[in-house]
Amino acid sequence: MISGAVSIRNVAKAFGAFKALDDVSLDIEPGEFLTLLGPSGSGKTTLLNVIAGFERPDAGSLLVDGVEFITRPPHKRDLGMVFQNYALFPHMDVFNNVAYPLKLRRVGNSAIRERVKQALDVVQMAHLSARRVTELSGGQKQRVALARAIVFEPKLLLMDEPLSALDKNLREHMQIELKRLHDRLGMTTVYVTHDQQEALTMSDRVAVLKSGRIVQLDTPKTIYDRPNCRFVASFMGETRMLPVKKSGSGYEFAGRQLKLAQPPSAGAEQWLVVRPERLGWHGHDERDNRIEGLVVDVVYRGDSHSISLKLPGDHEISIRHTPVQDHPLPEAGQTLTLWLTPQASVLVEEAGS
Amino acid sequence: MTAADIDQQPLNAGLLAGDERRQRAAMFGLSLPAMLLVALVLLVPFSWLAWLSLFDASGALSSENYARLLRPAYVNSFLSTLQVSAAVTAICILLGYPVAYLLSQLPQRVAQVLLVFIILPFWTSVLVRTYAWLVLLQREGVINTWLKQLGLISESLPLVNNLTGTIIGMVHVMLPFLILPLYASMRAIDPVYLRAAANCGASPAQSFRQVFLPLSARGLGAGAALTFVLCLGFYLTPALLGGGRVAMWSTQIADAVSKFANWGAASALSVALLVVTGIILWAMKLAVRRLGSSLGEG
Repeated sequence: MISGAVSIRNVAKAFGAFKALDDVSLDIEPGEFLTLLGPSGSGKTTLLNVIAGFERPDAGSLLVDGVEFITRPPHKRDLGMVFQNYALFPHMDVFNNVAYPLKLRRVGNSAIRERVKQALDVVQMAHLSARRVTELSGGQKQRVALARAIVFEPKLLLMDEPLSALDKNLREHMQIELKRLHDRLGMTTVYVTHDQQEALTMSDRVAVLKSGRIVQLDTPKTIYDRPNCRFVASFMGETRMLPVKKSGSGYEFAGRQLKLAQPPSAGAEQWLVVRPERLGWHGHDERDNRIEGLVVDVVYRGDSHSISLKLPGDHEISIRHTPVQDHPLPEAGQTLTLWLTPQASVLVEEAGS
Repeated sequence: MTAADIDQQPLNAGLLAGDERRQRAAMFGLSLPAMLLVALVLLVPFSWLAWLSLFDASGALSSENYARLLRPAYVNSFLSTLQVSAAVTAICILLGYPVAYLLSQLPQRVAQVLLVFIILPFWTSVLVRTYAWLVLLQREGVINTWLKQLGLISESLPLVNNLTGTIIGMVHVMLPFLILPLYASMRAIDPVYLRAAANCGASPAQSFRQVFLPLSARGLGAGAALTFVLCLGFYLTPALLGGGRVAMWSTQIADAVSKFANWGAASALSVALLVVTGIILWAMKLAVRRLGSSLGEG
């Protein structure tokens, strides 16, 4: 079994006064699919480039299977990487692109042919092996880039927003394919993206980065259901943050005491995380939290109606009303009452704990 | 019969076809002045030149001017023109490639400042630069004096009025023609390809040879072709620095006119130069394409 444990310790990198990486430490398990998620400028690509050896950090340590990599030149790291715009060599055809890492490792010609074919088979591109890369579509380039990254069986596969140049349908299709490929090949994968959906779909764990720091590192489910701060909560899904007031030992929203399943942290300033799909059409005042809003407009969308709802504090949220809903379709100008169960009612603070 | 039966045409088809014709005519009209200019200053003089080459000194129609080109004196001068041009191009590549590479790797702003030093000689007349080389290279010139003072040589080196001087002067004039297109093509190479090569396991030397060099082959080919072709017809510098010892094709053309007043002979020489230049450009284009793809498979 190939290993590929990565241990990042206190890595820091500044560009002038801008801290791209601020004392980042992170352990990646062998075989894990870990996603670095964050907005642009959060340091996720810089961290990936530090692992690949393209960026020299100011401080820190990078252990791969217990070996110090921090000063090792990139060509001696034996890591596969898929670049954002694929970076397929335009002067080589598909076969030679995938064969390149093997040629550099002085693999024999017949073995090269066999392994290139295997790698291209994995990404279903074997039939286009003689094509020029300039004649490939975006999705095909993506697959060839992936084949080139896995053909020499690296312990670690790095991916820098590999799906960002594809259209939406293909992107969703490739997410599932990459996930399956990872399950099959089992190599440790570090995946960089700014797309929360991608991160949640594919990862074993997600590291959410902000201003060069990891603010939360957890499974996709925990990240989504139990964000540890306002930033992480608002980065996931279509989320609105409603400010709540401290009242006695608990918190109140719009004059009503909130029923919470999880005890909130001690912070004075807290927000209620409201996600459209967590809002129920039915509930009970004794059991659930009541959220009232004003219907702004109702738009027909084929499979459902999209209802824009203005919540207290000028927050607008868009919810769906499907035909199977046993609740009458509201009209613009009406007041609509929706419900949050205590389990779905999550409070977050400004800063992570 | 109704009007609809008579008019079987799709709606507005005639009108739309007419509109397309008008648009094409307008586009043609816009390019007409440029085409006329090209015809006037390029095609007409060249046709006249080709016409002149068909008459001998007495004004009779003959192939004498072309038959003369096969004499040893002309064949030799033709071969030495090719040799000098090839040598100058080769030296320009050796000197220019590293410069272009360095410039392409520097930050854009620094590179732009340094580019000024390459473009600067362009603003100085070739005549001035050539005379400057004469001063530097002559028997008691700056270079020979220094070398003697340093004790490296006891006798003056023959640096000018020969092939050496010609090549030095021509390289100086030609370098920017090689560096500029090469630099432009190197700038266009996305650095991510070099990262990708490193990630595949290529050492810096390997990624240079197997990725950067093939990707810059087109620019190198363009620069080399430009340099070589300009060398083929270069007159001033070889005439001044060669001291009459370097028989370039261009000097033959000048001699035919100024010494022998034989316009027919000069025209035939010019037509031959043009044809050879065309053939060489075409051959180089093929060679560059092959170089680019063969390096890719290496």
